[in-house]
Amino acid sequence: MTTTTAPTTAAPARGRLSGVVRIVVLVAVLAVVLYPLLWVLGSSLKSPTELGRNISIWPTDVTWSNYTEGWNFSESLSFGRFFLNSTLIALATVVANGVSCLVTAYAFARLRFRGRGVWFAVMIGTLLLPGHVLVIPQYVLFEAFGWVDSPLPLIIPKLLATEAFFVFLMVQFMRGIPRDLDDAARIDGCTPYGVFRHVILPLSRPALVTTAIFSFIWTWNDFFTQLVYLPSPDSYTVPIGLRLFIDSGGQTSIGPMLAMSVLSLAPVFLFFLAFQRFLVQGINTTGLKG
Amino acid sequence: MAVSTAPPTRPAGRPRPGAPARTRPADARRRAEGRAGYVFLTPWLLGLMAITAVPMLLSLYLSFTDFDVLSDWDQINWVGFANYERMFTQDPVFWKSVGVTLTFALIAVPLKLAAALGVAMLLNRERRGTGLFRALFYLPSLLGGSVALALVWRAIFSRDGSFNAFLDVFGITGQPWVNDPDWALETLMVLAIWQFGAPMVIFLAGLKQVPAELYEAAEVDGAGPVRRFWHITLPMLSPVIFFNLVLETINGFQGFTSAYVVSDGTGGPVGSTMLYTLHLYTQGFTEFKMGYASALAWVFLLAIGAITALFFSTGRFWVHYADGDGK
Repeated sequence: MTTTTAPTTAAPARGRLSGVVRIVVLVAVLAVVLYPLLWVLGSSLKSPTELGRNISIWPTDVTWSNYTEGWNFSESLSFGRFFLNSTLIALATVVANGVSCLVTAYAFARLRFRGRGVWFAVMIGTLLLPGHVLVIPQYVLFEAFGWVDSPLPLIIPKLLATEAFFVFLMVQFMRGIPRDLDDAARIDGCTPYGVFRHVILPLSRPALVTTAIFSFIWTWNDFFTQLVYLPSPDSYTVPIGLRLFIDSGGQTSIGPMLAMSVLSLAPVFLFFLAFQRFLVQGINTTGLKG
Repeated sequence: MAVSTAPPTRPAGRPRPGAPARTRPADARRRAEGRAGYVFLTPWLLGLMAITAVPMLLSLYLSFTDFDVLSDWDQINWVGFANYERMFTQDPVFWKSVGVTLTFALIAVPLKLAAALGVAMLLNRERRGTGLFRALFYLPSLLGGSVALALVWRAIFSRDGSFNAFLDVFGITGQPWVNDPDWALETLMVLAIWQFGAPMVIFLAGLKQVPAELYEAAEVDGAGPVRRFWHITLPMLSPVIFFNLVLETINGFQGFTSAYVVSDGTGGPVGSTMLYTLHLYTQGFTEFKMGYASALAWVFLLAIGAITALFFSTGRFWVHYADGDGK
């Protein structure tokens, strides 16, 4: 007893000091991390004259004109359209990823069939395959199908469980569901399809939620594939629309540009607020419990 | 008797009671499960063929041709290794982009991981507010890859940006960082390091797995914080460090959005932000040299494969698994 209490009685004085240092360092890092986000939020409400060289994040007099100007980007182009396109593509991706990856994960995690080990290894291999390697031939194929300048090249691949990350995440999750439940269902007369429908599907809700959130955020933020497949202004998404501000250039467009940046970050931020725990758990499931 | 009565009691087509009856449904069930396996795997198998395997082979073929999307399929010419030859001998932008990409990854990835580990260690002990800190540090990892954040970076590090206003406070004259060939890539590195939250969360989970007894024993033996870090934390965390290192390096090589946005898609100023992926995109989608871009893609794939293999082969020497052999 005495040997275990000795270190703890000596600790407080030193512990309190290091505790203070720890908090100071953390708060300093946090200030640096949050500054760009607070800056864009505050600056989106500044008037053009105030937007010049200053560090302040607070607008002295709040103006909403950046938002109205940015939203109605030009005579023919409005961010309303871009937001609609982005939302539709993101929602379709969420559904497509959820269904296809769940079905695939069930096969890998629960069913015994010939070649399972090999296919699983191939699936893990595609996880490491850089997407840029495939973009040219995929473009050539989708062009041949006449799909370019439509959302199909962005959605159809997701229906075919090409997001190996989510398959892996769900396999890891399903491995944690007790097999006794499958066996019990099977004794009650369930086929593999019944086990999927009545056992795995309802119990995989957390993994589905994680997949849905990440699918949404990644699709919302995606720039590369949307840049390649959506060339005409009517099909532009938010990231592609934001790019227009670079082309138009000039100091006057900085305010509207920041305002639209804030709007484009808002959905991701709201998802973060609502599902923060799911996101952190999602990383840990795939990152560690291997 | 039993033998003579058996045939009449077994109607044709129905399973006979006894030993075979117990294994046959099991066999049938296993076959049904095997079939179901492939039914459930069908979408993925289709995707593997149509979205991954066929395009990969097509890309390999195209890399030996002068294909561009503008001309018809029957006008494609086989050019042998000409694309690869040109890449290594006549394309200065190729070498420039290799240099830029390596510089970016070699500097940004270690710094990002160091920041992630440092902050994770500060957050390791459960105290009030830990969850909030963790969440807020993680936030940039969700937002940072977007066009919006790249635009914000452009604005903050421009001539009249707030970073220069910050330097003014200390009497330092800043410069237009994103327009300076010597500094444009560095601003992109800062953007990458800013997103240290994702590896930090993984480090935090790893730190929780390190048994507290190890630290207690080391402390009893008189080991200070530095020695405890080097001799307990780092070895015990090495599998997680390895995981993060592989993941972040592969991601680091594939950066595109920030470089595109900061340079208007040009890789400028003076090629200083010409990441490999940006070169590939430019060749394929603005110059329409899709054959050449395919060759670039295959060299990229081989390079990433080689680097991953290098990680895994050297990992043996520094990654310690607590439940592994001889440990």
